[in-house]
Amino acid sequence: MAATAGHNNLNAKLVLLGDMGAGKSSLVLRFVKGQFLEFQESTIGAAFFSQTLAVNDATVKFEIWDTAGQERYHSLAPMYYRGAAAAIIVYDITNADSFTRAKKWVQELQKQGNPNMVVALAGNKADLEDKRKVTAEEARVYAEENGLFFMETSAKTAANVNDVFYEIAKRLPRAQPAQKPAGMVLVDRPAEGSRAASCCS
Amino acid sequence: MDEEYDVIVLGTGLKECILSGLLSVDGLKVLHMDRNDYYGGESTSLNLIQLWKRFRGDDKPPPHLGSSRDYNVDMIPKFMMANGTLVRVLIHTDVTKYLYFKAVDGSFVFNKGKVHKVPANDMEALKSPLMGIFEKRRARKFFIYVQDYDESDPKTHEGLDLTRVTTRELIAKYGLDDNTVDFIGHAIALHRDDRYLNEPALDTVKRMKLYSESLARFQGGSPYIYPLYGLGELPQGFARLSAVYGGTYMLNKPECKVEFDEEGKVVGVTSEGETAKCKKVVCDPSYLPNKVRKVGRVARAIAIMSHPIPNTNDSHSAQVILPQKQLGRKSDMYLFCCSYSHNVAPKGKFIAFVSAEAETDNPQSELKPGIDLLGPVDEIFYDIYDRYEPVNEPTLDNCFISTSYDATTHFESTVLDVLNMYTLITGKVLDLSVDLSAASAAEE
Repeated sequence: MAATAGHNNLNAKLVLLGDMGAGKSSLVLRFVKGQFLEFQESTIGAAFFSQTLAVNDATVKFEIWDTAGQERYHSLAPMYYRGAAAAIIVYDITNADSFTRAKKWVQELQKQGNPNMVVALAGNKADLEDKRKVTAEEARVYAEENGLFFMETSAKTAANVNDVFYEIAKRLPRAQPAQKPAGMVLVDRPAEGSRAASCCS
Repeated sequence: MDEEYDVIVLGTGLKECILSGLLSVDGLKVLHMDRNDYYGGESTSLNLIQLWKRFRGDDKPPPHLGSSRDYNVDMIPKFMMANGTLVRVLIHTDVTKYLYFKAVDGSFVFNKGKVHKVPANDMEALKSPLMGIFEKRRARKFFIYVQDYDESDPKTHEGLDLTRVTTRELIAKYGLDDNTVDFIGHAIALHRDDRYLNEPALDTVKRMKLYSESLARFQGGSPYIYPLYGLGELPQGFARLSAVYGGTYMLNKPECKVEFDEEGKVVGVTSEGETAKCKKVVCDPSYLPNKVRKVGRVARAIAIMSHPIPNTNDSHSAQVILPQKQLGRKSDMYLFCCSYSHNVAPKGKFIAFVSAEAETDNPQSELKPGIDLLGPVDEIFYDIYDRYEPVNEPTLDNCFISTSYDATTHFESTVLDVLNMYTLITGKVLDLSVDLSAASAAEE
């Protein structure tokens, strides 16, 4: 199916993981809206975005789930991982603890998530080179050992942000039989597309 | 944790999670804690290992049942009326976007020892073997009256003021026999006992309309829908809503002791030596055992099977209501079945529940008429739990306690409790006038 010509539309749930302050929401805001706020508040009111990418002959519509702060006291619900096709685990290159915690998130994902998930490790805040505490080499080795792909990103300068999402889109298995539930979504408008765009204001 | 909150919510059962979500959306600062390390409290869904731990005391389910994580066994099994209040709340809050639903295949009623499809409108009444030929015609007329009845259009009332006329009087006008009244009252209007017969007919007529409008909504075999992966998804969805609007979540918090001042007003909650201050506490009965009283017991059997409930047209999900009168009981018994088609069990497996309000000292044997309808089972578990309701005065202590879940297999009573609590807490009535006529289910 992957190789067949024609129009391929893929819906993929993507979850963000990582410590508070690593820049999860900033990465999404940069990717979805092209914005960056120096003092981004903790995620309130918007934790559900969608964005469509064209990759080769297919379009991939990402449904991006942010943690909404539920990671703070380890209270993420199983629902968060359910059906996720991809995950980005974010840490802050200026904070060694956040890298240690990122490894914990990888373990959690291996426990809860589906085994075919495409997982990216993103070392964020790469613009703060002079404050760096985690070397790119260390993270790359860890990522290779654990089957993740690795990039350093900066939501501030936009470096590599789109690239992470493109790379995930390229790696998604083209046929996802088990990931798309056959159920229906209740919507308050009959038109398709009511789920699109960002969310609540 | 040592901050000040408007509301601290204790327990992550469905009722508490809906309230937490609504209050956060209202802009209140909410802290939500649970003594367990999982979401859902009493209304959680268990995998096989958790199920064995709870009922068999060890965590080694037999391998032939398949993978533990393919199971989501509801501890409080219920279906949602497609046009019911829970769906309105889901649409109002936009929590629907986190959930996938499927229609429930069948709605049945137990009558004179047999399981029958519930006829819900005039056309189905004519086909139903539940009634003889003359009774069918009378029932059809009654269904047409109900379908045409419009509260705001007196022409459709046929001279009857349904706020005064009792259900018994309305039914007498159509000459329906007791047997017909029984399935209409219990399987369509979803009354739990026979008190409705002496109450104004308007409520019953509205309930019948809700049933038939819900049935028409998804062209399924029943008016019900049910989320993929089980009901445990619902509290999680509302908890996420609360978190998205700033609610703070802490699971695995032991004790959660509610603190009071000299006047008996709530001042905060202490857990693990830290106290969070608050103005109000919302919780399930287990967090404030001194402010609730026992009002009953629910008996429930949970069966894992390899076939659907017999005589339900091979329905992979179904409800069967056993009206009290058919069993010589004071309240109804409920059968609930769902399966791999709703992702709550591995391929080929079905989960069935028999539930009833306990009326004797031997509730397990009370369930026998329901269990007899299941046919052979792979495994069966029995669960008996006490039901509590609050006895405190919330205006004096600022504690808002939910009522335990009842034995019904639908959510109408559950959401009513939530909406009443919301009004007590905020002084506001939740506006649920979402546009259901425009609502539809998008196939994803």
